[in-house]
Amino acid sequence: MSDKTVLFEIKDLCKAFGDNLVLDHISTNIHQGEVVVIVGPSGSGKSTFLRSLNLLEEPTGGSICFEGLNITDPKCNINKYRQKIGMVFQHFNLFPHKTILQNMTLAPIKLLKKPREEAEKEALELLKRVGLEEKANAYPSQLSGGQKQRIAIVRSLCMNPDVMLFDEQTSALDPEMVGEVLGVMRDLAAQGMTMVVVTHEMGFAKEVGTRVLFIDEGQIKEENTPDEFFKNPENPRLREFLSKVL
Amino acid sequence: MEEFKQQFYLNFIEDNRWKYITNGLGTTFTVTIFAIILGVVLGFAIALVRSTADKSGSKNLVLRLLDWFCKLYLTVIRGTPAMIQLLIMYYIIFASPNVSKQFVAVLSFGINSAAYVAEIFRSGIMSIDQGQFEAGRSLGFSYAQTMWYIVAPQAFKNVLPALANEFITLLKETSICGYIALTDITHGANTIRSQTYSPMLPLLAAAVIYLIIVSLLTLGVGKLERRLRTDVR
Repeated sequence: MSDKTVLFEIKDLCKAFGDNLVLDHISTNIHQGEVVVIVGPSGSGKSTFLRSLNLLEEPTGGSICFEGLNITDPKCNINKYRQKIGMVFQHFNLFPHKTILQNMTLAPIKLLKKPREEAEKEALELLKRVGLEEKANAYPSQLSGGQKQRIAIVRSLCMNPDVMLFDEQTSALDPEMVGEVLGVMRDLAAQGMTMVVVTHEMGFAKEVGTRVLFIDEGQIKEENTPDEFFKNPENPRLREFLSKVL
Repeated sequence: MEEFKQQFYLNFIEDNRWKYITNGLGTTFTVTIFAIILGVVLGFAIALVRSTADKSGSKNLVLRLLDWFCKLYLTVIRGTPAMIQLLIMYYIIFASPNVSKQFVAVLSFGINSAAYVAEIFRSGIMSIDQGQFEAGRSLGFSYAQTMWYIVAPQAFKNVLPALANEFITLLKETSICGYIALTDITHGANTIRSQTYSPMLPLLAAAVIYLIIVSLLTLGVGKLERRLRTDVR
């Protein structure tokens, strides 16, 4: 893995809300093509960690370099940088006043200055890939949760990101719909997309993940390949956690 | 019936008195429409400052200063009667017979309405889920772009009923134009009354005209609301 390009270089990342230290000197590197799955108990800081990667949370200490660029530097143009990072939220956050096609083409047209026809053509191709091309002119309120989340994923893909972040992308879904969303993510991983995923889907972590991180009390308490992570957990807190969720 | 005809002739036909009403109608329209435009533009700007300050926890000094100024503006404008504001604008701030009374009225009502519109817009912006901001920002939009393309259109749709309410109030509020001797519908009707000593028909006519304008406005807003609805199932 070390021979691959480093996408994220995270050093001593800290985030405090007042006196509450949520991230406590986290350091790790994320390489191109990796699927890093982050698990941990609620309130452990795993979502905060993920959200700091695209600066939705402003770190209070440490640094994050993305493709060699220090994004925690105040002089860095974060809007430009965020275009390269796709983000999928627990609650989808589709734009309810726009059709599916408009949801997908808004950013490419306004930010990448793509001609409308080209942006729509690309969006329709992506919609076909997730089997939702007949929903192009529907509004988000007309879709099921699983469909909304698949749209949210391809909306991010429309910006051609170098990495995708997933924040508990299946936690708000009916159990029946979890599969269709994980299916799309599996395809993405197979195509070599770099992904950082915060999830409670241990099956997905085992099957698709290339590395699993256990975050607790704002620190990475254990990290390993999925096999070792689930077979031979070392940290006692992780053992307890796994015994509850598996 | 014969008496009604007589009254009608006296109040509207004789000496072309109907012109007081129609001229007044024009003034009411002009003042209302331009005051609405001024109020919406100014109100939206104030709402942006206020909600941005609220959301960002006001760390920025310039923003905090602007926010403080907006709060002062809201307090003063909402805390004093529109009529006093109109009189102050005409007799103290401009204090000149050369300035157009319509212009003074537009400015005064626009500045008044902006205070109410600002709070309406702000409540609309604050009602939009934080996730919409985050989705916009994570795609690479700046704060301003997110506001313009994603949040403001949804907020506008949500506050449309409250906004229509404010426009209706503004339209009727312009009936105090007569205090700076500007002939709007009300002042026109009142002038007829003072000439004919017959209050009923001119005042009823004015009332009916206001009612018709408000009804048309309500109808239009209802249409717009239906057009903006996207949560169809």
